[in-house]
Amino acid sequence: MAAITRVVNMERCIGCNLCAYACARINRGTVSLDEAAITVKPAGGSEGSHTVILCRACAEPPCAEACPTGALLPRKGGGIRLKKDLCDSCGACVDACIIGAIHLASGEKKPVFCIHCGACIEFCPHQVLISERRENA
Amino acid sequence: MPEVARINLTDSKVERESRPELFEEYIGGGGLAAALLSETLDSSTAPLSPENVIVLAAGPLSPYFPCISKTASVFRSPLTGEYGESHAGGRLACAMRMAGLDAIVITGRAPEPSYVSVMDSRIEIRDARTLWGMSSTRTASRILQERHESRGLSVSIIGRAGENGVLYAGVTVDSFRHFGRLGLGAVMGSKNLKGLVVSGTGELPIPDRKKYREIYNKVFDLVVKTEAMAKYHDLGTAVNVAPLNALGGLPTRNFSSGAFELAEGISGEVFGSNFLAKQTACMHCPIGCIHVASLHEQFGEEHEFSTREVSYDYELIYALGSNLGIGSARDVLRLVDACESAGLDAISAGVALAWATEALDKGVLQLHDTDLVLSFGDVECYIEGISRIAAREGKFWHLLGKGVEKAAAEYGGGEYAVAFGKNESPGYHTGAGAIAGAILGLRHSHLDNAGYSLDQKNLGGYPSAGHLADAIIEEEIQRQVVTSLHACLFARKVYTPDIIRECFESAGRPFSRVKLEEAGRKIFNLKNRLRIRLGFDFSSLRIPERVLETPTPMGRTKEKFLREVIEAYKKKTCE
Repeated sequence: MAAITRVVNMERCIGCNLCAYACARINRGTVSLDEAAITVKPAGGSEGSHTVILCRACAEPPCAEACPTGALLPRKGGGIRLKKDLCDSCGACVDACIIGAIHLASGEKKPVFCIHCGACIEFCPHQVLISERRENA
Repeated sequence: MPEVARINLTDSKVERESRPELFEEYIGGGGLAAALLSETLDSSTAPLSPENVIVLAAGPLSPYFPCISKTASVFRSPLTGEYGESHAGGRLACAMRMAGLDAIVITGRAPEPSYVSVMDSRIEIRDARTLWGMSSTRTASRILQERHESRGLSVSIIGRAGENGVLYAGVTVDSFRHFGRLGLGAVMGSKNLKGLVVSGTGELPIPDRKKYREIYNKVFDLVVKTEAMAKYHDLGTAVNVAPLNALGGLPTRNFSSGAFELAEGISGEVFGSNFLAKQTACMHCPIGCIHVASLHEQFGEEHEFSTREVSYDYELIYALGSNLGIGSARDVLRLVDACESAGLDAISAGVALAWATEALDKGVLQLHDTDLVLSFGDVECYIEGISRIAAREGKFWHLLGKGVEKAAAEYGGGEYAVAFGKNESPGYHTGAGAIAGAILGLRHSHLDNAGYSLDQKNLGGYPSAGHLADAIIEEEIQRQVVTSLHACLFARKVYTPDIIRECFESAGRPFSRVKLEEAGRKIFNLKNRLRIRLGFDFSSLRIPERVLETPTPMGRTKEKFLREVIEAYKKKTCE
């Protein structure tokens, strides 16, 4: 069983992005949105609803299937992991993820994606995010 | 650091400079912006000439820590002719910092309507001719948002009021926040500058990850797990309506009373229970103080409805509610939305319409001047009035767009033209502190020194004029530190000097507590000198008779006392 970070109360999101800053701070040791593996998309300024995008931990991740160099591998229990030295920054994984949960960081051009560590969860003021144990994964 | 981009709209030139010495002296945000304005602006420059200077500045701890999300704008105000400073939330500060900028200095006038695009290190001046004249700021903002979709994008936009040079036109930032006061919208309009989009993919250094995470968690706990900021999330600033009314300090019908018999219909509770659709947040702030109402209206017989999202706050409910005799929350929201669409500062627009209503009633204005019947409580006439202010058509509406003091100078009725330093009054008729605070405040804002709060702590009266002057000065000096960080003033109880010092340390930029206090004083003195250089004159400060006649919770305010406060303030700050 692996822990998966999931969006459960999307409608409660206030667009504060504390989750994204937590991800960058805790996983990448930096202050940046570009280095965050979770994205909060506003619709038309701050109107409408916010959409929180992060890896859905697909059972058969299309991003890993698309990787031509074998750098991106399915993670046991859901999600993916990266063998950085094999990655040639081609961006095939980015195109393969139809929800847009992977992007190449503007600095080193390697894919940024959620590792389901749950670091963002405690910084969300409205319980938009949860950590879930997955059975049979 | 600080990194500054200077954009000249006349010839599309962009220059960059690093100004590390300004961080040491003026921190960032409002302090940095004032320092850059002071060295760039010539005192003889007319506010709507190409030579006027706009400085936008973010703070050095943004977005290291939550609630440090404000941007300061400074400029020569076309409304007052003096020092102009206005703050906005939204995503702008964080976006500027992620694009590697601490300040943007804008001068010149674009040959055609344009907008400025800052995408990381790429700064461009782009064609905005098709956006010019668009009826709603909302539409223009959405279009720029979609054209530049990227993480943390911030969009600032002016409306028709700014394009047409209404001297209290504002700037809408990220749909719901504003550089509202003192006419930045008119300055942008005079520069053919429709808007500004900013986004960045950069990152900021953390010297010691463990230390930084520790301090971050400490600040986070103070923000979300203590009462320090609770009221701003719950009902928001609208919570003030009922208690202020009960106290007798809610300006009503052009300040003719401090109590509004229909206040129950526009209380924070009514907005919260019947109209609140959601709270939303500035970038990197978990509070979510932005209260957004859903204005659901039937516009056609066959079950045809429209739904608009309208953000509200206390000041708007005062200016477009009680001060116009409007006792329905729905009507207030319609008026707020009209101001938002046109790009008008809601406080100034409300006070201007309140003055015009009274002047028309008293015969100072004639129907042929206004060409519109104005009466307190009538929402339709004010919807039309807002549209006419923005359009600036006809002599009267053109003049009303210059502010209530200038309009009264032409027509009469100055004794009930409720403006301080030519800036229309904020919504507190609580006593001498509110009045003196607005007259003397560096930007004539209730947020400069919270004089209204001093009143509520001294309901029995002030020990002396000198006591009040000192309290105003001390509060304003302390706030210079917060607004230079640039943290939200709502978080001022979180960001105490000790916490600020720890934050700076963990971001690798030590700033001692003593130095912080010195910086607060230094910034205050800089701005005070700057406003005097731009024409602020202690000897010609106007006190409208109306605010002396209408009793406050502390009784009637005596002019003699206020003059003594002004004298004491002058003596203390100009020594």
